[in-house]
Amino acid sequence: MVAPSGSCAGSVRHQHAWVADEAGDPGLAAAARETASRTFELSEFLVDVLGVIDVGAHFPHRVTYHPTCHSLRVLRVGDRPLRLLREVGGIDLVELPQAEACCGFGGTFAVKNPDTSAAMLADKMHHVLSTRAEVCSASDSSCLLHIGGGLSRLRTGVRTVHLAEILASTRSELPEVPAR
Amino acid sequence: MTQQRGVNQVYLGLPTAPPGVGQLRGDRPFPAAAREALGDAQLRRNLAKATGTIRAKRAQVVAEVPDWAELRAAGAAVKDQVLANLDGYLVQLEEQVGARGGVVHWARDATEANRVVTDLVRAAGADEVVKVKSMATQEIGLNEALAEAGIAAWETDLAELIVQLGHDSPSHILVPAIHRNRAEIREIFLREMARVGLPAPPDLTDEPRALAEAARLHLRRRFLEAQVAVSGANFAVAETGTLAVVESEGNGRMCLTLPRVLITVMGIEKLVPTWRDLEVFLQLLPRSSTGERMNPYTSMWTGVHAGDGPEEFHLVLLDNGRTATLADPQGRSALRCIRCSACLNVCPVYERTGGHAYGSVYPGPIGAVLSPQLTGVADNPSLPYASTLCGACYDVCPVAIDIPQMLVHLRSRVVDTRREHSRVPTPEQAVMATAAWTMERPARWANALRAARLGRLLGRRRRRISTLPPPLSAWTATRDVPLPPAQTFRDWWAGR
Repeated sequence: MVAPSGSCAGSVRHQHAWVADEAGDPGLAAAARETASRTFELSEFLVDVLGVIDVGAHFPHRVTYHPTCHSLRVLRVGDRPLRLLREVGGIDLVELPQAEACCGFGGTFAVKNPDTSAAMLADKMHHVLSTRAEVCSASDSSCLLHIGGGLSRLRTGVRTVHLAEILASTRSELPEVPAR
Repeated sequence: MTQQRGVNQVYLGLPTAPPGVGQLRGDRPFPAAAREALGDAQLRRNLAKATGTIRAKRAQVVAEVPDWAELRAAGAAVKDQVLANLDGYLVQLEEQVGARGGVVHWARDATEANRVVTDLVRAAGADEVVKVKSMATQEIGLNEALAEAGIAAWETDLAELIVQLGHDSPSHILVPAIHRNRAEIREIFLREMARVGLPAPPDLTDEPRALAEAARLHLRRRFLEAQVAVSGANFAVAETGTLAVVESEGNGRMCLTLPRVLITVMGIEKLVPTWRDLEVFLQLLPRSSTGERMNPYTSMWTGVHAGDGPEEFHLVLLDNGRTATLADPQGRSALRCIRCSACLNVCPVYERTGGHAYGSVYPGPIGAVLSPQLTGVADNPSLPYASTLCGACYDVCPVAIDIPQMLVHLRSRVVDTRREHSRVPTPEQAVMATAAWTMERPARWANALRAARLGRLLGRRRRRISTLPPPLSAWTATRDVPLPPAQTFRDWWAGR
């Protein structure tokens, strides 16, 4: 099972069995552990299972990458996404300052603690803009929804594009991105 | 599978920290307190600068230790061993302290602990005490209790002095005045020192050296005059009855050695089994807390000795909700905490809101798991949600407390507690129940995703959604929502 999300793969791998245990269902917990053992985040699957770093993609844009909290600290994917991105043809990959800081999404946190969430987002956007990138990428749609929602509100013109979409881009087929 | 009853057990009979005494509860929920703090630009600058500096120092000195992971595992294991056998170790400690001339007092909660200390100070015939920086005494509101009894408690740690003189409360476990900058501290010293003792020199600058010198002069007379000192403890060794305090300024050493009577208030979880176990923690603590390889002052004392140090030593063992915390298998590892505050310094929420927003003397990630357990989750229901679960706290914790997972667990306890108290679901519970129903069957989920395409109607003109009704307005206040795609992934996959 491959998930294009550090958060989802992390949940399957680290939380499902625990939740089943807490609910007092050892059968379900065993099944969850078995599923966890064959669940991968996209960059893990490409680099570790398929052994591919150059996927033959082409994406001629200035890109900065936000390594999402759960891919970083729950799954520990390390620099796998960056290794994949460095091989993309035409890409101008620029380092994001304070990349490892949370963007402030946090699921329900974004609406339960909207002011703190917005303060974290503001700092993340500041760093994205400081790179002068056209595209901010990540491997979690939820974080991209948050960062993209802020970048859109401020009319920055910076687009958010999932890692999978960049890796799937070729000279003839570019990802569908919302018009500015 | 639907669970009518909560999956968490209810721990009847174990008392939590009582309300109305001490500082473990805020007067308003975290989001409201955080909102106010976020509006204070000076506070945010002070916090960002201070946490950024400590964070970098910690990272550097931790990286130097080749066996940090093993040390961390050892720290967790020693603490777990203590927690699993706490009853035995506490009795052993009591015997050892008593055998060496100390007196042990047991305090069920803050009220009892305050009464014990007040009675001891009165019995010593004193109307003032000097204090070593102590979280336990902040937790129980000892200074306020002593003041009510006509006893003045003087803080001697520099940062605690700043907080006390500023009629303020601590906002960080290790750096209680982290929310203040040098200029603010100079003003507090000039304004307040004269009212309670030796005035600050009128030409005081905001140079750290000058500020420290002013504090040193102000405090010196207190050290020399005080008959009674009150301290907390970083560790207690069950095997030997030894107490340990680590500090950076030497004020602790003065308090622990000069006065005639020494009273130590300590949470019951602060034990280590043997002298040798200190080796682990005296490496973990300074590197995690101040980013130092070794803390400047490590004071240890065992009972009393004629002609050397205090003539009387009293140890007050404080529960105040710790046994209730111990009763929760998913929450008890919060009691491993050695109060290093590494988790505060890396927390993106703490960095922006500061400590006061948490309403408890224990702020930040550890506070968000500890305070609700000490008080019972019903009294601190917003704290388990004061985190994005980004995981930075767990990474730096020197005793490997899995704070994010514990926050998730405590959220479930909050929900269970609400459910026990009211049959009427909150709007959030209704939304969650709907989500659970939808996710229970793949077909329902696929239909829901297709239905989400209706959202396209909301942003027809501008290709983005900028306003939504409450509670989602909390999102659209600062963020747009992209239009859902015309085709769902599942439909695209099926028709490939």
